[in-house]
Amino acid sequence: MSDLTDLTLAEARDGLRAKQFSAVELTSAHVQAVEQARALNAYVLETPEKALAMAAASDVRIAAGEAGPLEGLPLGVKDLFCTEGVRTTACSRILGEFIPGYESTVTARLWADGAVMLGKLSNDEFAMGSSNETSCFGPVTSPWRRDGSDAAIVPGGSSGGSSAAVAAKLCLAATATDTGGSIRQPAAYTGTVGVKPTYGRCSRWGIIAYASSLDQAGPIARTVQDAAIMLKSMAGLDLKDTTSFDALVPDFEAAVKRGVKGLTIGIPKEYRAPGMSAEIDALWERGAQWLRDAGANVVEVSLPHTQYALAAYYIIAPAEASSNLARYDGVRYGARVEGRDIASMYENTRAAGFGREVKRRIMTGTYVLSAGYYDAYYVRAQKVRALIKRDFDAAFANGVDAILTPTTPSAAFGLGEKIEADPVEMYLSDIFTVTVNLAGLPGISVPAGLDGQGLPLGLQLIGKPFDEETLFAAGQVIEQAAGRFAPAASWWR
Amino acid sequence: MNAPVRMPKLIKGATGDWEVVIGMEVHAQVSSNAKLFSGASTEFGGDPNDHVSLVDAAMPGMLPVINEECVRQAVRTGLGLKAQINLRSVFDRKNYFYPDLPQGYQISQFKDPIVGEGVLTIDLENGAQVAVGIERLHLEQDAGKLLHDQHPAMSFVDLNRSGVALMEIVSKPDLRSSEEAKAYVTKLRSILRYLGTCDGDMEKGSLRADVNVSVRRPGEGLGTRCEIKNVNSIRFIGQAIEYEARRQIGVIEDGGVIDQETRLFDPGKGETRSMRSKEEAHDYRYFPDPDLLPLEFDQPFVDGLAAHLPELPDEKKARFINALGLPAYDAGLLVADKDTADYFEAALNVGGAKRDAKAVANWIMGDISAYANSVGKAVSQTFITPEQVAGIVDLIGEGVISGKIAKDVLAIMTEEQGGDPRAIVEARGMKQVTDTGAIEKAVDEIIAANPDKVAQAQAKPTLAGWFVGQVMKATGGKANPQAVNDLVKARLGL
Repeated sequence: MSDLTDLTLAEARDGLRAKQFSAVELTSAHVQAVEQARALNAYVLETPEKALAMAAASDVRIAAGEAGPLEGLPLGVKDLFCTEGVRTTACSRILGEFIPGYESTVTARLWADGAVMLGKLSNDEFAMGSSNETSCFGPVTSPWRRDGSDAAIVPGGSSGGSSAAVAAKLCLAATATDTGGSIRQPAAYTGTVGVKPTYGRCSRWGIIAYASSLDQAGPIARTVQDAAIMLKSMAGLDLKDTTSFDALVPDFEAAVKRGVKGLTIGIPKEYRAPGMSAEIDALWERGAQWLRDAGANVVEVSLPHTQYALAAYYIIAPAEASSNLARYDGVRYGARVEGRDIASMYENTRAAGFGREVKRRIMTGTYVLSAGYYDAYYVRAQKVRALIKRDFDAAFANGVDAILTPTTPSAAFGLGEKIEADPVEMYLSDIFTVTVNLAGLPGISVPAGLDGQGLPLGLQLIGKPFDEETLFAAGQVIEQAAGRFAPAASWWR
Repeated sequence: MNAPVRMPKLIKGATGDWEVVIGMEVHAQVSSNAKLFSGASTEFGGDPNDHVSLVDAAMPGMLPVINEECVRQAVRTGLGLKAQINLRSVFDRKNYFYPDLPQGYQISQFKDPIVGEGVLTIDLENGAQVAVGIERLHLEQDAGKLLHDQHPAMSFVDLNRSGVALMEIVSKPDLRSSEEAKAYVTKLRSILRYLGTCDGDMEKGSLRADVNVSVRRPGEGLGTRCEIKNVNSIRFIGQAIEYEARRQIGVIEDGGVIDQETRLFDPGKGETRSMRSKEEAHDYRYFPDPDLLPLEFDQPFVDGLAAHLPELPDEKKARFINALGLPAYDAGLLVADKDTADYFEAALNVGGAKRDAKAVANWIMGDISAYANSVGKAVSQTFITPEQVAGIVDLIGEGVISGKIAKDVLAIMTEEQGGDPRAIVEARGMKQVTDTGAIEKAVDEIIAANPDKVAQAQAKPTLAGWFVGQVMKATGGKANPQAVNDLVKARLGL
C-alpha cells in the first residue's frame, strides 16, 4: 500500500470517496513513511496513534455518508500551530514541553473538515529563519540533493519541516506560516506549492506569533489544486482574531481551472536584483511566456520602493517579535531557569531558552523601538511599508491582475553554508517575498524548473487583496507547463 | 453680592511664599462584566486565578478582542467630562517585564487616546468654582497582583485583575492646593458614579490616583514635578500633597534642586519616599499593538450614548437651585452622592405631592444624615425610607406634630426599623394639642400656682418663656408651641 503516499491530496480524497481504500489504510501508509524518514528530521513530534484514531473515525463518517471536505486526509502541522493536548514548542527550548489546552482556529477547521493529524513539523525557532536550521530540534534536511552529490541541502524556512515533509511525501499537505516568505521560499526550495494568503484570510488565533502584522497561515502542498483545497478549509472569519477579515471564502478549487485568458500579468522591473543568476532570469522569462501562451497579456510594471523592503521588514518584524516574545518569561509555562531574584530568573530563562537568531531579532527589535530611535527606524519603516503598498495598489489600479516574480534569487543552499555567515546573507533569500507580507497581499510559489544542479526553482505570483483565485488559476498554468517536480530517489528511507 | 472667588493658597517657606501645582492621573476601573480584551469576569474577590482566560494569562497564540461595553463606558465618561470624543483611537503596547504582567506589555493608548480634552468643575469650601482641565482619557489593561505572603521563598501571582479595563483620566496641572485636589477626585468619583462607568470604590482599588506635585514662586513658571504613585484614598491624597509640597520647598530653600522622580506615599508615616529616579525610568518602547486594528466608531454611536446619559451632578445641582429653590449650598450637598440626591427627590415627590423642598432637604441633611452617620451608612442605605421622610414633613406641615415631636417619631422609626409616621403619631397619641380649651386650662393652672413668676415676667417679658416651657411639660410636649406662646402672653397681659 506504500504507493498511497504517491497520491496527491485531491487524488486521495477522490479515492476515499470512491472507497478504493480506507482512511486507515491511507493514514497507515503515511505513518509508515514518516517512520522511515526520520533522517530528514522533518517531524518534531509524530502522533501515529492519534492519526490512526482520527482515520478510523473518518472511515465511520465516510461509511455513514457524512464525509467532510478533507475527510481522512493525513496532514502535517507546523509546530507554530497550537494543538490541543499535543506538545507545541515553536521549536524553541523556551516552551519546553508546553502542551496547549486549546486548538488553533486553522487546525480546528482542518479537523472539523475531517483531516487527520500525523504530527508536528519542524520550523525555524519562532519562525525566524530561512533554512530551518534554527529549530531547537536540529536542522531539517531537504529530500532534494544536488545532482551527483549527497551533501545535505536546506529545505528552506521557516516552514522547512512542512516543505520537506510534503516534498518527501510524508503527508498529503501541511500547514505553514509566512511572515516574510516562510511558506513560499521553502516551497520554492523543495519543488512544492506554497500559498501565503491575503493578511486576514486565515485566523492567527492559536498560532504562536512572530510578527503579528505580517504573520499569515497557509498551506504547502504538492499541486496547485491541493493547495486550493487546503486553503478553502483553513480560511475564514474568526471573531477571536480582530485582524481576520470578513470576506467570503470562495471555492478555490474551482478557480484552479479558470485559466488566464485575458488576464494582465505584471513583471516588476525592479525585481531584477543585482547578482541574480541568469538561470533565474531565464526561468522568469519562461514563466512569462507560459502565461502569454495561455492567453495572458504580460506587461512591465514598476514597484519603485522594492529596494527598501528588506530593510523595512527587518525593522518591523523584529520590533513586533521583541514584544510578542516577552511573554516567554518562565513565570507561567514553558522552561524556567531559576535565579537569585526575578530579574535574574528572567535573564537565565531567556538566555537558555532562546536561540541565537531569536536573540538577535529580539535585540534588534528592542533597539529600533527604544526612545530616541523609534522615529528613525520604526516610524520610517512603517512609511516605507505604506509606500510599498501604494506601489502595488498603483499596479493593480492600472489593470494588472497578478504580478510574476521569481520566488527566490537562487536555489536551496547547502546545510550549514549560510548559518555561520553574515545573517544578512540569509535574509537576502527573502528579497522577493517580503514585499508581499509588507503589503498584506496574497502570494503563491509554484515549482517552475530545476537549476543546473538539479535543485528546484519556483516562480511567485502576487495577487490583489483577497484574490487568491487568480493566483490559483495562473499557478495552475505554470504547473501544467512546467510539470511537477519530485526528488529523484527516496534516499532517506 | 459678588460671586465667591478662588483664594490663592500659598505655603509659607523660610524664604517666602510658595505655590503648589498639582496634576492628577486617576485610574478608574471600568464597570463591565468582562475584561477589556477577554471574556473573563471582572468580579471582585474570588479565589486567586479564578477569573483568568487564556488571553489574560498570555498563553502562546492568544489574541485580544476589544470588549465593546468598555468602549461605550469610556465614551460615556468622556461625554460626562464634556470632552472631545475621538472617533479613531489606537491601542499601543507599553513594554516592560514584571510577573504581574503576563504579556510582557500592557495594552494601553499612548498617542491617540479615545477621549481628548474636557473640563471638570469643582466647588471650593468658600463657594467658589474652579474649572479643571481634563487632558485626556484612555483605556488600558490592569495588571495582576503579586502575593508575597503565601510561601517563605516564593511570590505567587494572582491574575484575576490582569486585563481588567481601566480608564486613565489625566488632568491638566490646574490644581493649586491639597483641598482642590481632594475636591477634584471627589467630584470625578461622583461623576463616574452618576454615569455608572466606575463604582469609585477606593478600598477595592477601583479608583487610584497618581499625583503630580511641583512648587514654584507665585507667578513663576512650572517647577520640576514628582509623581506620587497609586494613592488610594482621598484623605491620603491630601496628606501626600501637603507632605510633598513642604518637602520640595525644603529642598529648594536649602539650595537643592528637585529631581524628577516617582515617589510612593507611606500612609503609616504620612510621608513620601523615592521609588525610582528619571534615570531609572523604564523605556516602555510604545508602539501600536499589531494584534488590534485602530478603534473606530462613528458620530451616531457617540450621539446614541449621549442621548441616554443620566443627569450629572452639575445639572442636577442647577435644577435643585433653579426649579426647587434650594440654596446652592444645600443643592451641592445633596447632589454630591447620586443616591442621596435620588433619595431626596423620591422623598420630595412621594404620592405626587408638592412638598417644601427646603423642609425635605433640611430633614435629609440634618436628622437623617446624623442618624445615617451614627450607624455608618449612607442615607439611602438606612432603614428610613423616602416615604417616611415625606410622612414626617407632611405631619409637620399639617400642624399635626411639632418639629420636636417629629424627632421623637424618627427615633421610634429608627428603633423599630420601620413604621408609618402617621400611624405612629396616631397610636401613641403624639398629636399636638391645638384645642385652646385644654391649653388655656394648663396655662391658667400654672399662672395660678406661680404668682411670683407672674410678677417677674410682667417686669421682664422675656421670662414668659418659662411659662411656655411649663405648659409644654404639662401637656407632654403635645401642645402647639405657637398657641401656648400666644395664650401665655395674653394671660400675662404682655
